[in-house]
Amino acid sequence: MEDGRIRVSRRDVLRGAGAAALVGAVARGQEPAAAEGLVRMGPDAVPVRLTLNGAARDVSVEPRVTLLDALRERLDLTGTKRICDHGACGGCTVLLDGKPVNSCLVLAVDAAGREVLTIEGLARGDALHPVQAAFVKHDAAMCGFCTPGMVMSCAALLDATKNPTEEEIRHALAGNLCRCGTYPHIFAAVREAGGAQGAGGAGGAGEGAR
Amino acid sequence: MSELRLGFPGNEKKEDVEIPPGTPPPWDLSTPHAVVGKDHPRLDAVAKVTGQAKYAYDIRFKDLIYAKFLRSPHASAKVKRVDLSRAKAMPGVVYTEAYEGETIRFAGQQVAGVAAESEEILDDALRAIVVEYDVLPCVTTVEDALRDGAPQVLADGANLREGRPQGNLQLVEKAHAEADAVVEALYRTQVQTHSCLETHGSVCKWDDGKLTVWSSTQSTFGVRDGMARTFGIPQSDVTVITEHMGGGFGSKFGPDAWDQFCARAARAAKRPCKALLDRREEHIAGNRPDSIQRCRFSVKKDGTLMGAEVRSQGTSGVSAGGANVYNPGLYRFRAAYSQQDTVLTNASSGRAFRAPGHPQGVFALEGMIDELAEAIGMDPLELRRKNDPNVVRLAEYEIGAREIGWHRRKKPGSDTGPVKRGLGMASGRWGHNARPGTEVRCTIGRDGSVLFANGSQDIGTGTRTVIAIVGAEELGLKPSEVEVRLGNTNDPYGHGSGGSVTTPSIAPPVHAAAWQAKQELLKHVAAAVGGDAQKMDLRDGKVTGAPRELTFKQACGTMPVDQLTTLGHMAQKSGRGGGHLYPSFNGEVAGVQFAEVLVDTRTGVVRVVKIVAVQDCGLVIDPLTAKSQINGGVIQGISYALFEERILDRRTGDQVNADFLGYKIAGTLDMPEIVSIPFSVSQGMTSTGASSLGEPPTVPTSGAIGNAVANALGVRVRSLPITPAKVLAALGGAR
Repeated sequence: MEDGRIRVSRRDVLRGAGAAALVGAVARGQEPAAAEGLVRMGPDAVPVRLTLNGAARDVSVEPRVTLLDALRERLDLTGTKRICDHGACGGCTVLLDGKPVNSCLVLAVDAAGREVLTIEGLARGDALHPVQAAFVKHDAAMCGFCTPGMVMSCAALLDATKNPTEEEIRHALAGNLCRCGTYPHIFAAVREAGGAQGAGGAGGAGEGAR
Repeated sequence: MSELRLGFPGNEKKEDVEIPPGTPPPWDLSTPHAVVGKDHPRLDAVAKVTGQAKYAYDIRFKDLIYAKFLRSPHASAKVKRVDLSRAKAMPGVVYTEAYEGETIRFAGQQVAGVAAESEEILDDALRAIVVEYDVLPCVTTVEDALRDGAPQVLADGANLREGRPQGNLQLVEKAHAEADAVVEALYRTQVQTHSCLETHGSVCKWDDGKLTVWSSTQSTFGVRDGMARTFGIPQSDVTVITEHMGGGFGSKFGPDAWDQFCARAARAAKRPCKALLDRREEHIAGNRPDSIQRCRFSVKKDGTLMGAEVRSQGTSGVSAGGANVYNPGLYRFRAAYSQQDTVLTNASSGRAFRAPGHPQGVFALEGMIDELAEAIGMDPLELRRKNDPNVVRLAEYEIGAREIGWHRRKKPGSDTGPVKRGLGMASGRWGHNARPGTEVRCTIGRDGSVLFANGSQDIGTGTRTVIAIVGAEELGLKPSEVEVRLGNTNDPYGHGSGGSVTTPSIAPPVHAAAWQAKQELLKHVAAAVGGDAQKMDLRDGKVTGAPRELTFKQACGTMPVDQLTTLGHMAQKSGRGGGHLYPSFNGEVAGVQFAEVLVDTRTGVVRVVKIVAVQDCGLVIDPLTAKSQINGGVIQGISYALFEERILDRRTGDQVNADFLGYKIAGTLDMPEIVSIPFSVSQGMTSTGASSLGEPPTVPTSGAIGNAVANALGVRVRSLPITPAKVLAALGGAR
């Protein structure tokens, strides 16, 4: 599994792929009519193809496996953290089709055919995302365990809202818990990253709302 | 003889000291630091923001198996029978254990253990185990445990474990009799769980009888020694690795039962095994005991504190000790007395939690100080100033009062309108905990590379960065130009990170190792280019005082050897008794905090608007990461003051809020403005004068908030957490 090869028969692959695609479509409410003729999925592993950090990746998982566990345990992407495992802490935040989700609340099969961006895919090579660079500068990570989820939530915020106010930052991060107490430095980091992004060059809003 | 200037500007103490040969000249107020005291981003920040930092939880192997305990839902029971047959028959289950006949003393105690090839199989297998219990009556609260006929938690004695009385009660009575006001009140604090984001646990792997443990721990060497004892193998056959770890706060000094089980499973299955707790289990892996503090304090009209008398009781679950509180303390009382009892209950054990005993004690103590101030009509800050023996805190009061705008404080409850503003304050102390024993190896390569290595851990406090800054200072480099390796027990010994010992204990050995390496390097330089090594130094990446200009790298190139290595330690006084090399300024660290709150008297909701924290930590090495540390202490303090509380079902003993929904820790929307002010004191004792910071900043917060809420309302909530229900009840009682 970990080498990406799928050890199931061809018939299983076909059956599984159809079901995964179908469930994905139904979940997004695109083709309710196709719900007729549903194919039973699982309990054994089924193949799932994701677009993961820009590249197609195949993984074979039981339908009960979450996207989080698929990333960590099958795809060796351990940057995304499992902290509460019930959608209460944001530690497992990834972007699914550009939107932040708790990957512990998404089944891997439901992510089939969709774009998943994890913390490992945020930087462009050695060039950190502005949020990451600002986190470093403002010491916004202490033990660092909540940090990947925080960074992804912040990146999603800046995608949606240029130069966010502190109030917008607080609300965007309300679902991300930190135990060490990095929040004030995270606010400072996002204000700066947001200001730098939103300013669009010299003479911009600088650090943003204070 | 040299002169050591200790203290802080405005309050200096000069000491004549002997600098033993072979040790670095100690830093003091005269030392012109190049990089110490400047903001530096933490060394591992990039690894953390990119998801590359590897925690124990992230260690992967192709043939990894997963281990977990099945835990009792009953708080008191006998395990009659454990039927593993269905679990064992499942494909992918590789190892099991059952604990038949065991006595269950708290809900969550292990009754069986399984290791399996995937977490899904593991879940299935745990569900397939059938356990028969003889369920017995349990007690979960101090009050219930002290009732006549209450079930006895431990076989070896009664539930009440009385503490030894401290102080002289007769003198306290005499002081009360001479006082102008005597105040009596009962304060309560709750059980708080550590709730580390990376749960407890490890990955264990055996190779030829040797064990490697990737552990989420605050004490790599403690885990090494514990595992060596458990398996009867030499220390040298155990390697513990903790490159990064996701929070401990006092709860991770293992190895714990699950780590030992993990290693047994790995050995039996001949495969690496991972056992990290789930969120529910994490709530039983340590807590801050609760407290009921009966206080009787007295004061004279002129503000002289007279008697302080405290009887406290708290539960540390099935631990027969550990519920002590820091009360009375901080201030000069004419006479003080306390007795502190631990009461056994059917609950998981308390563990050291960031300043054990202090936040709970200070919440009551500082509440009492405010109550005394009100009784004699004195400003609470003034009362503290009159009775505080610590000169650092006296200076911090001025800074804090100015930052919060203490002059705005009104008479309690005098704010008009339904939403009332209040100001409050509280103080804290901690030891200057510099412990000898930690060693640091400095290796300088002929290519100019510099490595500092120590086998202990950075638990998120920034130890790696502190090492780089202290080492770079002595070598005339930038912190980014030196490498630091931490978290592998094959490197030199370092203490567990408890008691806020790490920075004060590791900075001196780094300093010594770097200084010794510098002396050796400069000798090589003198041999190569001439000049007097004694008159040379390293500054700004260059050699100073040499006949010709050399960069640090060129200096390293003069070495006739491939690399030079030194081992630094915290030098002690020679001769009998030993002891610290230098006198200390006052041997403790001091902090004060001021809180501003808004309390909605219609809903009872308390909103913290601002906290000012002025915190001494000896010599400030990195203000940026020091501020993070202070912010963190304050935020945990806010969370403790307003939100967190472990709630056990009183009948079954099971925790009803063992998650992050019902057990609420402070989030972004709860954040006030936090003004964290590191207060640098040249503390002496060691060659660096750096001191403790991990625990102190969480001590005063709940006391300051409690006092601010009382100032807003005119009535006091003497129980943590200060929930809307308690606020409304207090207001109702006042009407």
